[in-house]
Amino acid sequence: MNLSGKSKIPKILQTDQAQLLTDWISEQIAAGIRKDLIKEIELREECREFLDLFSAAVQQGNFIDIKSAEWRSVREMLGSISRSRSQKGFTPSETAIFIFSLKQPLFSRLRLELAQDGESLLEEIWAVTTLIDKLGLWTTESYQKAREEVILRQQEELMELSTPVVKLWDGILALPIIGTLDSARTQVMMESLLQKIVETGSEVAIIDITGVPTVDTLTAQHLLKTVTAARLMGADCILSGIRPQIAQTIVYLGVDLADVITKASLSDAFALALKRTGAAISRPQTRT
Amino acid sequence: MERIPILQMGEFLLVTIQVDMHDRLAMALQDDLTDRINRTSARGVLIDISALEIVDSFIGRILGNIAKMSRVLDAETVVVGMQPAVAITLVELGLSLTGIRTALNVEKGMALLHKSFEASVRDSIDGHAEV
Repeated sequence: MNLSGKSKIPKILQTDQAQLLTDWISEQIAAGIRKDLIKEIELREECREFLDLFSAAVQQGNFIDIKSAEWRSVREMLGSISRSRSQKGFTPSETAIFIFSLKQPLFSRLRLELAQDGESLLEEIWAVTTLIDKLGLWTTESYQKAREEVILRQQEELMELSTPVVKLWDGILALPIIGTLDSARTQVMMESLLQKIVETGSEVAIIDITGVPTVDTLTAQHLLKTVTAARLMGADCILSGIRPQIAQTIVYLGVDLADVITKASLSDAFALALKRTGAAISRPQTRT
Repeated sequence: MERIPILQMGEFLLVTIQVDMHDRLAMALQDDLTDRINRTSARGVLIDISALEIVDSFIGRILGNIAKMSRVLDAETVVVGMQPAVAITLVELGLSLTGIRTALNVEKGMALLHKSFEASVRDSIDGHAEV
């Protein structure tokens, strides 16, 4: 459908822009825009800017393909609005309302213009609806993307945070693992542990899995790999914090931990590590 | 052809690999080392690979073989200074180099060799005393 020749929409957008803007904003306020998150003056500015760009794009006559060049600035603006709204804490529908609420003012304008011609009115409304739906979907998509970026960044940060290597004593490192061990995390964990072994010249590393909820064959394999790699470099690993259920699972799965030193608790592992490095802790004699 | 130098320190041989190992060099090292152990009746071999950035499966296997050969010639092998990336690669390749003893650096590797050497000397003396 190509209405470019006879469509009234470009003309409406040009001549009645001020009226449209007022109607549109009151529409959004009626829809319950979050006044606590955005100021009305800010909203007005955004709307005005959008209408300018929208009007300019519509003048080109392309109502169908919003991916084309003439819609680029509109897309960019919608993208940045969605991003900023997702950061401000708007819900997806609250963000989409921004564009969908433009329908009502446009339709009423069209009805005034084409009151006599029912056929054209229907066509025009259909064209505008399709167009605005597309723009609305684009908004939601941008919103979603912005959210996903946040999640991805947080995931990376979490990964860094969740594998700390701490030095317990001269020559003794500890790696408390919290959460499920997957391949990506094991890789980070292994690298940071081995790097720290080189840096500190530690001979013993305690891998504490108290915070690991489940151990399957894959996890066990990852742990074994880490232990082997540390051994290749000349450091011994002690596996500690194995809970009763996990001990049972390991045996049922048939995982062979015979080559790995295991201890039930971190304190037992630490005691062994101290003995290995030739250090000892003793209580000071209390005076009587 | 270039060769990797083998230094003698008392009862032990010290090999420091400073260049990237290619296959022929590794084979040459294997020949030289077994030869030297035989000639000097060394009791221990210390291989320092801290300068090695890349280890492929072939080099990994050669290292394992050297350790086994030394064992046969009654010398213990200690590999020291393996880089984290190398360790990860070897593990991913499925080479755990069982039978090789490892240490973090030359100093610790030497201490390890001395300790096991002294232990074996003590054992043999004890054995003689009993006879």
